[in-house]
Amino acid sequence: MSISSGATAAPRGGAVGSPLLAVDDLQVEFRTGSGVVNAVNGISYTLAQGETLAILGESGSGKSVSAQAIMGILDTPPAHITGGTVVFEGRDLLTLPPEEQRQVRGPGISMIFQDALSALNPVYSVGFQIGEMFRAHQGLSKKDAKRKAVELMDRVRIPAAAQRVNDYPHQFSGGMRQRVMIAMAIALDPKILIADEPTTALDVTVQAQVMDLLKDLQRDTGMGLILITHDLGVVNEVADNVAVMYAGRIVERGTVDDVFSRPAMPYTEGLMTSIPRVEAKGGRLVPISGQPPNLARIPSGCPFHPRCPRRRIGAEAAPGRDCAVDHPPLRLVVPGREAACHYSEEVLGV
Amino acid sequence: MSDDSSRPSDRDQEVARAAAGATTGSGASEHGGTTASEPLLQLKNLEKHFPLTQGIVFKKTVGHVRAVDGVTLTLGRGETLGLVGESGCGKSTVAKLLVALEKPSDGQILYKGRDVARMGRRDLKQYRREVQIIFQDPYASLNPRMTVGDIVAEGWSVHADIAPKKGRLQRTQELMDRVGLNPDFVNRYPHQFSGGQRQRIGIARALALQPEVIVCDEPVSALDVSVQAQVVNLLEDLQDDFGLSYLFIAHDLSVVRHISDRVAVMYLGSVVEEGTDSDVYGSPSHPYTQALLSSVPLHEPHLRGQKDRILLQGDVPSPANPPSGCRFRTRCWKAQDICATEPPALVDRGQGHPAACHFAEARSVVPVDVE
Repeated sequence: MSISSGATAAPRGGAVGSPLLAVDDLQVEFRTGSGVVNAVNGISYTLAQGETLAILGESGSGKSVSAQAIMGILDTPPAHITGGTVVFEGRDLLTLPPEEQRQVRGPGISMIFQDALSALNPVYSVGFQIGEMFRAHQGLSKKDAKRKAVELMDRVRIPAAAQRVNDYPHQFSGGMRQRVMIAMAIALDPKILIADEPTTALDVTVQAQVMDLLKDLQRDTGMGLILITHDLGVVNEVADNVAVMYAGRIVERGTVDDVFSRPAMPYTEGLMTSIPRVEAKGGRLVPISGQPPNLARIPSGCPFHPRCPRRRIGAEAAPGRDCAVDHPPLRLVVPGREAACHYSEEVLGV
Repeated sequence: MSDDSSRPSDRDQEVARAAAGATTGSGASEHGGTTASEPLLQLKNLEKHFPLTQGIVFKKTVGHVRAVDGVTLTLGRGETLGLVGESGCGKSTVAKLLVALEKPSDGQILYKGRDVARMGRRDLKQYRREVQIIFQDPYASLNPRMTVGDIVAEGWSVHADIAPKKGRLQRTQELMDRVGLNPDFVNRYPHQFSGGQRQRIGIARALALQPEVIVCDEPVSALDVSVQAQVVNLLEDLQDDFGLSYLFIAHDLSVVRHISDRVAVMYLGSVVEEGTDSDVYGSPSHPYTQALLSSVPLHEPHLRGQKDRILLQGDVPSPANPPSGCRFRTRCWKAQDICATEPPALVDRGQGHPAACHFAEARSVVPVDVE
């Protein structure tokens, strides 16, 4: 399934019918003993059918928390969703009563996690856990559910599925465990699959197998895929569109080709120059100076300005565009590209 | 040099050499003891087998995990040798053997031509000073109850000759400054620092003993992309300033290519291919290296899809029961009868660098970026 590449770059433009999922101005905070941590500060995006949207960010950028908010699996307290809407199939998931949320999300949106060993229950066989989806949502008998589980294990290419259906999670290798989790996630043919760092814990050869599997499944079912990762290489190989997050905000968004070849936000630019490449020895790396911000004390103005080599402060800044004072909104810089930087045109050189 | 270092004359000689090393160590990239052509560190057919036991009271050995099974490598002065491989291939065990945290089951580690296993107490102490290690996890490798100053200076309580007691605080602060930490934070505890800063503390601790070799065991894997580059650059600068040699162990092939002069690829306890970075990445000759390289996601949109895709089937076999002959044959698309019977030697079969494959053949997997 192919999509218009500008689909997410013009989120509420409605170019490709109505989106599968529309997240608008989502805000999440953690109320802790030592103050309020603003993990997600108003993010908006849409996901179309068959689209792969990568949410790229470093640890603490809010990428996982935003996904957990959509799935309704945040621990409350300390986490509180303080604003925004998540519209799926015409209904705002955040305002539905819990039982209805479960009925909508269960078959409609599923999620896989980084650490399959801790996401699976160690005392039930994998067949039982995969079959649980059918027993809970379709009322199948144990026997039928197990038969379906074997089919699914075949589909995610677990060898000798019929023999392994009664094995326990610890009897599988890391890559196979990740497949078990994928089998559970796709059991009910979800419209959306959220993959939170699905291959981070895996070796690179296994990572390639799992990403291939996800792509094939997506091609077969046309589901929308939200891929949360910090790995620029994975984003480049798998995703159509990318949203770069920093300090709980989306700071740049566009097609992967556009964003990776010509970043419009100095943070994205910094990420690109920080990574060594496998295809060339390359010269000295150009890192981003400093550390990612503490989310309990996000800098004023642009959250990236203390680390930004292009920042303009005080007299250097254009009126109303002081990086230390004025917060840059996510705005359309060139067609198909949004960035949250006062000086994106300079970064792009347009 | 005699292997029996317990003889008094040898020992005296070693002490003299050690003292010379201590005074010239800082900043000097060369000092006496070895000739220029001799490698600083040599691993010869190194093996480490961990016993598998059964039973609680009467433990009996039921087999061995052959974590490292015949590794031969050399590290020259001022050189960076990259060691790549997937989890379980034995690369971290090599690191532990090198810093004498584990004893080899067989084979030798020669440091400046001398066998580490036969070193006496005093020489071993000196060896441990000169060969330092930086660990992967900056959270687990620093004692949470010690201040940064104490962590960095701890080595001096054993090797007192390096830093006189009086100037230690100042030395510590100089080291902190050198690795990019604020010297005023000398009394802070590890939890007050971020991951990247903690890794700098680990680097300062290693530098404090004026080492010749630093074994870097996945030093940047736990760090965020933007911070990882800072630490890689720091390691490169320190190498230039102090003439350090690195054994750089990592699973990230891009980082290893960036930092290494030579690269060795490990699979299931042994080295399958070795060469300069352009040998191994430009014309990989072992099927495993080719598969590994083809799995690495590329970062350039215009190169996407130009890569040779080799998808390996199955998982790495257990090192407790490795396949006969070539270790990789169970997943190899080139495997023939000979691969099951005869382990291939790590030799050059006409590709310009050694690869442990009977059917070694150079193949370009990663597209060359012409931009």
